[in-house]
Amino acid sequence: MTLSPGAPRTPGPAEICQQVLDLVGDRAEAQVTSQQGRPALTRFANSFIHQNVGEAGVSVNLKVALPDGRVATASTTRADSAGLAALVEGALAAAALRPVDPDWPGLAPPATVPEVDHYDPATEAATPDERARRVRAFVDAGPGLRAAGYCDTDGGTTAFANSAGQRAEGRSTRATIDGIHQTDDSAGSGHATATRLADLDATGVGAAAADRALRSQAAADIGPGEYEVVLEPECVSTILIFLGFYGFNAKQVIEGQSGIRLGESQFDRAVSIWDDATAPAALGVAFDADGTPKRRLELVQAGVSSALALDRRTARKMGTESTGHAVPESDAYGPIPSNLFLGPADPAFGAGTSDLIASTARGLLVTTFNYCRILDPKTQVVTGLTRNGTFLIEDGKVRGGVKNLRFTQSFIEALGPGNVLGISREARFADSEFGPGLVHCPALRLGSWRFTGGVRG
Amino acid sequence: MFDPAVAAVEGALAAGAEYADARVVVSRRQHLEAQNETIETLEQSESAGVGVRALIGSSWGFFATAEFEEARQAGEAAAAIARASSTVPGPPLSLADVPVREDSYETPHDEDPFAVSLAEKADLVVGVTKTMQAVDGVALARAILTAWDTEKYFVSSQGHRISQHLVECGGGIDAIAVGEAETQRRSYPQSFGQYQTGGYEVIRRFDLPGHAERVASEAVALLTAPECPEATTDLVLESSQLALQIHESVGHAIELDRILGWEAAFAGTSFLELPRLGSLAYGSALMNITADATLPGALGTFGYDDEGTPAQRVDIVKDGRWVGVLSGRDSAALANLPPGGMVRGDGYNRLPMVRMTNVGLLPGESSLDEIIAATEEGILMATNRSWSIDDKRLNFQFGCEIAWEIRNGSLGRMLKNPTYTGITPQFWGSLDMLAGGGEWIHWGVPNCGKGQPMQTARTGHSAAPARFRGVRVGVKG
Repeated sequence: MTLSPGAPRTPGPAEICQQVLDLVGDRAEAQVTSQQGRPALTRFANSFIHQNVGEAGVSVNLKVALPDGRVATASTTRADSAGLAALVEGALAAAALRPVDPDWPGLAPPATVPEVDHYDPATEAATPDERARRVRAFVDAGPGLRAAGYCDTDGGTTAFANSAGQRAEGRSTRATIDGIHQTDDSAGSGHATATRLADLDATGVGAAAADRALRSQAAADIGPGEYEVVLEPECVSTILIFLGFYGFNAKQVIEGQSGIRLGESQFDRAVSIWDDATAPAALGVAFDADGTPKRRLELVQAGVSSALALDRRTARKMGTESTGHAVPESDAYGPIPSNLFLGPADPAFGAGTSDLIASTARGLLVTTFNYCRILDPKTQVVTGLTRNGTFLIEDGKVRGGVKNLRFTQSFIEALGPGNVLGISREARFADSEFGPGLVHCPALRLGSWRFTGGVRG
Repeated sequence: MFDPAVAAVEGALAAGAEYADARVVVSRRQHLEAQNETIETLEQSESAGVGVRALIGSSWGFFATAEFEEARQAGEAAAAIARASSTVPGPPLSLADVPVREDSYETPHDEDPFAVSLAEKADLVVGVTKTMQAVDGVALARAILTAWDTEKYFVSSQGHRISQHLVECGGGIDAIAVGEAETQRRSYPQSFGQYQTGGYEVIRRFDLPGHAERVASEAVALLTAPECPEATTDLVLESSQLALQIHESVGHAIELDRILGWEAAFAGTSFLELPRLGSLAYGSALMNITADATLPGALGTFGYDDEGTPAQRVDIVKDGRWVGVLSGRDSAALANLPPGGMVRGDGYNRLPMVRMTNVGLLPGESSLDEIIAATEEGILMATNRSWSIDDKRLNFQFGCEIAWEIRNGSLGRMLKNPTYTGITPQFWGSLDMLAGGGEWIHWGVPNCGKGQPMQTARTGHSAAPARFRGVRVGVKG
């Protein structure tokens, strides 16, 4: 019995890409991305596995540009000859009916894609029993508590081809254990993501979650206001996701909606932010949806906003080169950095996470944020709540849990000059509410954070 | 198209499943997006495959494949996954009884949205952006149209055999004005567009060109409007904002899987506790909420859910008292409640789970004009711009695109950056005036996210303008 029922019949992604290009022929310029993967996710709640899913599938995304610059995209999960033919004819027919795209940047030229090692065959082939063992370990790490979360594995091959001769192919895997332990009046979370399932310490992650849940019991109700904060990596990850999507996204800048101003010291000089799909610690493949090779991109250097994420379309508009940040939805959303890192501009600035707490006279330790939404992209004012462990710090010590608070805070100002008081040396993949593996970051100590409401509103 | 679903169920049963069901889903989506007289996105997607659930003991497994020839193996894989689930088992699980049907359903529609030419659609979205751009100060003028066509073929080991053809579409326009340190946005019919079940006649009814100039002018005017003040005051909500308020502070809170703790780690739980079903005061006596999957034209309308349960209308809040939940066969059985037929999956490759159908506020007997006239001092807010709520669905904060002050029964100055915040039962308890008649609209939310892996659902929320007393407004960052 096989768990990958599509495998024997479906050609590989590179072969699918070539088939699609052959079908298009000389009728149009074309670029094709095909992904073949075996994502599987084991979900648990009330300390038992209640949802457990897997799939074997392939996706094909095609963009065609007619000689006069009329462009259309199409996608399918049908990789048989009839499905691919329908994909091609549908895209060509759609392109013929639309106006000329004045911003069509043309296809990516042939270029070498960096070699990266972000793949583990054992993780791609992981069985439901292997995921269930991690779940059991997480649950058992919190005896007497209620556990909920997931363990997933995702792996596969991505191929790109275009009619200008660019070819790229890469394999990647990711494994995550993420969850909470709950008491009757508290919850605490833990998270780990890695290229290899074998590298996940489910017991350790579960124990961290249980510890946070137990320490935040009988939480105190404190009033809203400005507080110094120590933000765990999950919170920092959320900040970076918003900065990437609404700030360093070149489409947002072109449209006047971004608050990022290149060359200005918009951030604390202690902070550097970069995007790097080629880093050993990163996940995924080293080319984007346009087929452009990825490279390290310095977004903030010692507090100075220094670069934007670009795809071919925005690069053309700005008269520069793509940085390799196209995603399948770039035409609508713009280029998105998805291998984000934050670290101290000066390595000597780093401190232990316990030191960040020890140096705080009075403030809050926040584990995760919840349901963050932007009020205005230009100011990056975001509202959201704390979740899964919020603690009062007094005289350098964690005194106990406090009830969740709502904040309304500009994320640019949060990392602004003078507000970053500490950066932890330890960094790891942290999960925002937008998915795992996108951000690798430390904890931060910030001088001020605006909480605008408590549990009573 | 039933054959792959039959094969998947047979494969799961042969591998030891005590119950199995399978869905073949063939879905098409077409999406156009214009910005400043240029088509930015023209995208057509198609997906097809079979997803199968297998139940062994108290444990579920699900597997999906796009290869119909491999459907039987997919059923076997689902059973193997269920067996792995049983190594971390839960309490005994049963499925609530539902009628076993062989039936078919099709969304009533006049004009197939996929048969309308792309040229006509492109002319519409480009044309309305041109109208908006003609207004001085508009930086971005955008228009979107989206259509979905979904065929489902459902089979269960209990004998269900149901086919459905669902047709949905919608769209909208928005204009953005950019100031020195801010952006302002206006949209129509609502933020992110309005969506309903039905054919292209849905889009024709919107009359997008007729609203383009107003939307653009309001976006520009907002740049110089005064800020919404910080205050506690009477709040009047137009109906699309109230629809999102219902979605977030009622729709998600009444999901039985959340109440049972099944979503605790991600989407969250609920402030609602089953022992208080039937007695908890959710809001004022004007608050009557139903979950009605049979409403003609509403976005959450269908014939059967993805467990084969017939679409139905369920009372959720009656005269302000909490009386109902959103449920599926397993969650209903666990809570000893009747199954509500509210389980749906996103495409063939996502596990069906409890989702909102059309969770709406029944109309009142007033009107927006009467509500304004009866308000001595307050603020009217319209069209959502941001939304956030805690993991128990209690503490919320919404931002709207625009507001107007109300003084002595009349609308006054336009206000920008309006926000309001509150706690769910207190907020709904302050509802004291509710419009109805022609102002009661079936709003649609096209992108309700839930589950891991993430899936999106299209849900409906009927609402009319309403007044809430003593609400905190003007929260600033």
